[in-house]
Amino acid sequence: MSIDLLAPPRAGSTGRAVGALRAIQLVVEGHWAWYRRNWRASALSSFLMPVLLLVAMGFGLGTQVRPGPATLGQPYVVYLAPAVLVAALVQTAAGESTYPVLSAFKWAKTYWAVISTPITVSQVFAGQLVWIALRLLAAGVAFLAVAACLGALTGPGVLLALPAALLAAMAFGAWIVALAASVTNEGTAFSAVFRFVVLPMTLFAGTYYPIDRLPEWARPVAWLTPMAHGNALARGAAFGNLDWLAAGGHVAYLLAMLVAGLLVAHWRFRVRLRV
Amino acid sequence: MHAEGLSKRFGEFEAVRGIDLSVRRGEAFGFLGPNGAGKSSTMRMVACVSPRTGGELRVLGMDPNTRGPHIRARLGVVPQEDTLDNELTVRQNLHVYGRYFGLSRAQVRAKAVELLEFAQLTDRAEDQVEPLSGGMKRRLTIARSLVNDPELLLLDEPTTGLDPQARHLLWDRLFRLKQSGVTLIITTHYMDEAEQLCDRLVVMDGGRIAAEGSPAELIAAHSTREVLELRFPPGEQQGHVEQVRGLADRVEVLPDRLLLYTGDGEAALAAAHQRGVRPVTSLVRRSTLEDVFLRLTGRSLVD
Ligand SMILES: Nc1ncnc2c1ncn2[C@@H]1O[C@H](COP(=O)(O)OP(=O)(O)OP(=O)(O)O)[C@@H](O)[C@H]1O
Ligand SMILES: [Mg+2]
Repeated sequence: MSIDLLAPPRAGSTGRAVGALRAIQLVVEGHWAWYRRNWRASALSSFLMPVLLLVAMGFGLGTQVRPGPATLGQPYVVYLAPAVLVAALVQTAAGESTYPVLSAFKWAKTYWAVISTPITVSQVFAGQLVWIALRLLAAGVAFLAVAACLGALTGPGVLLALPAALLAAMAFGAWIVALAASVTNEGTAFSAVFRFVVLPMTLFAGTYYPIDRLPEWARPVAWLTPMAHGNALARGAAFGNLDWLAAGGHVAYLLAMLVAGLLVAHWRFRVRLRV
Repeated sequence: MHAEGLSKRFGEFEAVRGIDLSVRRGEAFGFLGPNGAGKSSTMRMVACVSPRTGGELRVLGMDPNTRGPHIRARLGVVPQEDTLDNELTVRQNLHVYGRYFGLSRAQVRAKAVELLEFAQLTDRAEDQVEPLSGGMKRRLTIARSLVNDPELLLLDEPTTGLDPQARHLLWDRLFRLKQSGVTLIITTHYMDEAEQLCDRLVVMDGGRIAAEGSPAELIAAHSTREVLELRFPPGEQQGHVEQVRGLADRVEVLPDRLLLYTGDGEAALAAAHQRGVRPVTSLVRRSTLEDVFLRLTGRSLVD
């Protein structure tokens, strides 16, 4: 028997299971590969929208608003800027947590592809949330840069408004991710979120005027929303008028909402992907 | 790969009902079975993406429940449904997927060149996946499964949707992978594919294993040496069942044909003529896996 009739010796597979942090980074890298080819539409809507809002409301409507106690003594556009940041990030979070997530389960099936590699369901989930947070961060920085150019920012305090807005948006986004991981078609669920949650929240949770201008019964409802706490924190950071106790309360509320949302969303991911 | 009493339940429904299996390193192993038999459910458990509901399972000597990522690192998976990223290019699909296996950028770049050649997609490398034909997407899925040089390759209906030339090319590639020591587990609805590729196969039906063996063993055990096919105008075949009774070990009634299972087809044909049976056409052939399948599941393969 001649030796070369035997199958050539074969080295093992080149694949290996990477560590958890590296795995999450790779999942983010996967989102980035997609984004690099498809950034235009989403970047435009998540950036242009709030800028238009700030210009129309702040400079347009703002000409009709006299600075006073309700605007914390600020010109209306300056009063508005930190809250528009929060509203913009919450809206972007809703957008990034609905269709892209459902699609990765259902149409693009990206999650299914990734979990057949060494990456785990938990890492896919974590990577998705980190990706959403990075998208929000980029949108927030871009908005602040434009707002600064328009003279709508007062000082470096707004840099603290960014993490506040991010926290509020992620506290909301985590729950929307949980929803997207639970529905089988986009149907009514997503449009209901935009129409009956995001829009009313933007109108009544202290973006354009203080919550204490609402009828008494409506105020506790407004304070249930992450946007109300995000607005309070963002304005407090921008204008330096927030005491530590109140700030701690807002942060605690948003953190609790974020953690609960993450736990539920993670559970929904596992239910859906580990069948 | 080794399974004992392996089972999978979806709610009340038991898709896999306690199967025992062993696939040795370097072997090419096949699953045949009608739609809904539980082939894909079994494959997904072996691929460590679907937790088992009962029994024991070892893949590459490890337990998927505790060592899933380490097993998957050394597997190649071609799922029944493509999971390509339609919005990326052909090449990017290979790059991104390869990175999940811990490969460096340089490694995935080099591997992508090789795999594009393998899948004959080099000239489409920079095109988006979306508009590719079904067969091209299938070839890309197969190429992608090889990005980590897997030791065990799981192929769920790999050639469904491929044209004959692409199928033969793939068989050739799979055969060479097998030669180099890769273990193959394949599900298929194509008899010729099973006969060509598989050293050993099982016929699955209703979540259970109905038979196991090499293609030749299965034919010997579950069919006769020859088959006489008598073709009649549609609908008339039923009327001749009584006439041919006793001429063969077993008679199978298809919509337009009678199949007579017998050791000697020519003799049976002569006898049928003598009894006044006048088919439109007749054919004597050797038994194939198709006949085994028909016998065991009562269904033809592609239904
Ligand atoms: N996620 C699921 N939830 C509920 N039932 C399922 C699920 N996946 C599969 N099944 C059921 O399990 C059974 C076996 O399905 P499976 O996909 O394993 O069959 P198969 O042998 O691969 O069939 P085919 O040849 O059509 O691919 C089917 O009755 C199917 O409806
Ligand atoms: Mg199947």
